[in-house]
Amino acid sequence: MRVNVNSRLVDEKEAPLSGFTRLLRRLHIDGPLLGALLLICAFGLAVLYSAVGENPRLAMNQVLRLAVGLSALLVVAQFPPDFLRRWTPWAYAGGLILLVLVLTSGVVTQGARRWLDVGIRFQPAEIMKLAVPMMAAWYLHQRSIPPRLGQLLLLFIVIVVPTVLIAKQPDLGTALLIAASGIIVVVLAGLSIRFMIALAVLAVPGAMVLWHFMHDYQRQRVLTLLNPDSDPLGAGYNIIQSKIAIGSGGLFGKGWTNGSQAQLEFLPERDTDFIFAVIGEEFGLFGVLALLGLYVFVIARGLWIAAHAHDTFSRLLAGSISLTFFVYVFVNTAMVSGLVPVVGVPLPLVSFGGTSMVTLMAGFGILMSIQSHRKLLPH
Amino acid sequence: MSPLSSIKDHNYERRLFIARVIFASFVASLLLGVVIARLVQLQVLNYEHFAERAQGNRVRIEAVPPIRGLIFDRKGRVLAENRPAYQLELIPEQVDDTDDTLLRLAGLELIEADDIGRFKSLIVSGPRFKPVTLNLRMSDEEVAHFAIQRPRFPGVDFRPRLIRHYPNGPAIAHAVGYVGALSETDLEALDPARYAGTGQTGKTGVEHSFESTLHGDPGYRHVVTNARGRVITATSNELLDSLPLDAQPTPGSNLFLTIDLDLQAVAHEALAGHRGAVVAIDPWSGEILALVSTPSFDPNLFASGMSTNQFNALQEDLDRPLFNRAVRGTYPPGSTIKPMLALAALETGATNLTRKTVCRGWFSLPNSTHRYRDWRPEGHGPMDLHDALEQSCDVYFYEVSIDLGIDQMHTYLDQFGLGQTTGIDVPGERSGINPSRAWKQQAFRNPSDQRWFNGETVIASIGQGYMLATPLQLASAAATLATRGSRFKPHLVAAWEDTMTGERTLVSPERLADVDIENEFYWQTVLDAMQDVLQGARGTARAVGTGAPYSMAGKSGTAQVFSVAQEDEYNEDEIEYRLRDHALFIAFAPVESPQIAVAVIVENGSSGSRVAAPIARAIMDRYLEADNAR
Repeated sequence: MRVNVNSRLVDEKEAPLSGFTRLLRRLHIDGPLLGALLLICAFGLAVLYSAVGENPRLAMNQVLRLAVGLSALLVVAQFPPDFLRRWTPWAYAGGLILLVLVLTSGVVTQGARRWLDVGIRFQPAEIMKLAVPMMAAWYLHQRSIPPRLGQLLLLFIVIVVPTVLIAKQPDLGTALLIAASGIIVVVLAGLSIRFMIALAVLAVPGAMVLWHFMHDYQRQRVLTLLNPDSDPLGAGYNIIQSKIAIGSGGLFGKGWTNGSQAQLEFLPERDTDFIFAVIGEEFGLFGVLALLGLYVFVIARGLWIAAHAHDTFSRLLAGSISLTFFVYVFVNTAMVSGLVPVVGVPLPLVSFGGTSMVTLMAGFGILMSIQSHRKLLPH
Repeated sequence: MSPLSSIKDHNYERRLFIARVIFASFVASLLLGVVIARLVQLQVLNYEHFAERAQGNRVRIEAVPPIRGLIFDRKGRVLAENRPAYQLELIPEQVDDTDDTLLRLAGLELIEADDIGRFKSLIVSGPRFKPVTLNLRMSDEEVAHFAIQRPRFPGVDFRPRLIRHYPNGPAIAHAVGYVGALSETDLEALDPARYAGTGQTGKTGVEHSFESTLHGDPGYRHVVTNARGRVITATSNELLDSLPLDAQPTPGSNLFLTIDLDLQAVAHEALAGHRGAVVAIDPWSGEILALVSTPSFDPNLFASGMSTNQFNALQEDLDRPLFNRAVRGTYPPGSTIKPMLALAALETGATNLTRKTVCRGWFSLPNSTHRYRDWRPEGHGPMDLHDALEQSCDVYFYEVSIDLGIDQMHTYLDQFGLGQTTGIDVPGERSGINPSRAWKQQAFRNPSDQRWFNGETVIASIGQGYMLATPLQLASAAATLATRGSRFKPHLVAAWEDTMTGERTLVSPERLADVDIENEFYWQTVLDAMQDVLQGARGTARAVGTGAPYSMAGKSGTAQVFSVAQEDEYNEDEIEYRLRDHALFIAFAPVESPQIAVAVIVENGSSGSRVAAPIARAIMDRYLEADNAR
């Protein structure tokens, strides 16, 4: 990064800066984005408190995770995009090595090998959630877009290798999100529409191949989605109960902590992947739309930041982070309302669980870094 | 690094990117629209359906058992009631170490060590949150004892409930019966819908025969349950609101028995130490005034649950306390049937009032050397019908029986109700045997056994041989003698009362066919002789009847348990107690306007007039002196 000593970071409306705005600017924080995120977190925390049966210890646990996530956001926001870009290949390479290590010597929990234990336990896949789009953006940053066919092949490898490694853990949900985050970079970089259509046509035989490689439980999930009532007490139970929860919420919901499906434990995984059903039950359609509205605001603000970014890396990365966040929201809500098969994708910033929270917040930290380190022309 | 020659067109790249962002936003909006459409479909269009399913998930209908009707005696004294009692319960999910807890409870003697295995399997088989009952009925001492120790037993507690209580215990157990835990077999005979939530049912006595009257109808209530079926009772929020209305249970009707508790107690006391039975009847209505069988048992043991050991002890007791001798015990009636045979002989002309027999102490059939003995070895001398009844001369009846014949004997005893159930309203009644030629043909398979012998007629005339009767049948026959031929069906239940409306349903006496002997003079003769049994100068039971302030009539009977061989001397002391003769007595009083008829049997009591008659006297005294006279 060339630093122009004479240039200052300025805004068109510099004059009436309040103390608060100045503090946000010094901390490299984007106010609107942070505000929306905090609203989501606060709403999510309230829902979670209800979903865990008003257990204060579990709610406190989530508060701590939120604090860690916000700290990560704050820290990441301090690094300028150029710095992040320079470290991207290293982060990506390191992430790949860790993924291989997981497969060879990871900790097995619930039949899946997802964790590395090096003093603290963490999921290397989480690193890849950011490293994959960064790597793709890094690669395209140095080239003219739209990418050419050869370049696409390389990008394909960049995306597919970590995706396969994670799918093998197995963690289909995360693999899906990581592939999406990489593909989004490529699409935003101007992948030709015709090419996309061709891929879509190829997706049918691809799906058949995928089916072949899927685990039984994954196949079961697909079949269950197609006909949940075929196994109402087994695999279909989750979907049936979550549909009952959402549907019985009606327009206004049953009220906070009054959802019978959630409180009486009919709804499985109500504090993690299926927490969206709790919102639907207790806050009704209006509550759900309010939350979706906040999500849309966050995504729109992210895309606005991407559109105003000054270089390809920043643009593609910011766009990918924003749209991947949308994929999160879409897959989770569609899965809980019975539109797509059950894949382990949490509702971002609301579901109980710490690992994805930190990654998500770090991603928003990158967005803020991109927004706040933008070089503006001097007067 | 790409060569510098490919100069980047920043403006173009930015425009391309923004176009792609717009494209992506469009796709995202489309997808989001699908989700929102789905939510509208679930939450608005199909709201009713899902709201109903959510309700169906959480609300369960639970039966509320009715309160069982009470049982009173004829004067309104409580015979069976429902009492609060404490039961000891263990909630599996709240107990860390089940084995240790059970062992410590056994150590405190709150449960029996023998039952630990049973409790363990109960605990393992049920849901973790469902309480397992360890002790159905804790004594006051046990409650106090446990209350102190309670902190040491997390997950174990006592809980109040209503249990059936029989304040008079053994004295009336065989009439009232008892309730016990509902079994699979019981449920087959009962309406499962009415018994949802009921744990006990009447097993014997009127508790059993009037089960449907006493039980009542269950109500129901709606309860909220969670996914595992646990009933949610206390929550601070609205989960419990908006439940449909509950229905209160309808309590069972109260039952009023014809039994007089005082009389019952006197009879029970009089039989104390004996194996035997007493049945007392109001002759003009068939109302049972007392129905006692001894030894008895404590019905509270069944109602509140007993240990396996206690139950086995009752089952295996040689004196058979659970056996209702009054309605199920069949005994040779002995000489107690002589008044009925006398009437039959008079009516058929087999004898007449002037006929006299000289009793030498034995009787032989023509062309036979076999001697049928009189109970009095030296004989009674010259006997007419009155004397033969008063002194219970066997030889007179031996002779008359040949003229009367077994089939006519059967016909008239049948009219007095022998050989058939009386239809009393307690379960398990036996019919006894009133033999005849036809009966013998049916009873025996081997043709040579089916023939009737005159010798069998001879011993039937003193109520021996095949003849068997229950104490209830003898009491009913005594009542029929008292009324001079009018018969009423014996019954124990006088009325029942709807506990909600207070409306009473009375059981009216059921008159049966009269005995077909219309000559009042015959009745008078026989009844005079029966009165002389107790109050005449030579009556067999004159020691019992003399000096009474009222007139009474009776007939003793002494039934052989086994046959004494021809030449053996009969020696009470040498034979085992259980092979001694049964002592019987039937009686009624006052003779001119009978109010009570009694049958008493004392197993191995040896002598009807010496052992059974005083018991009958005590009962009649109590009833007539206690101002029961109508």
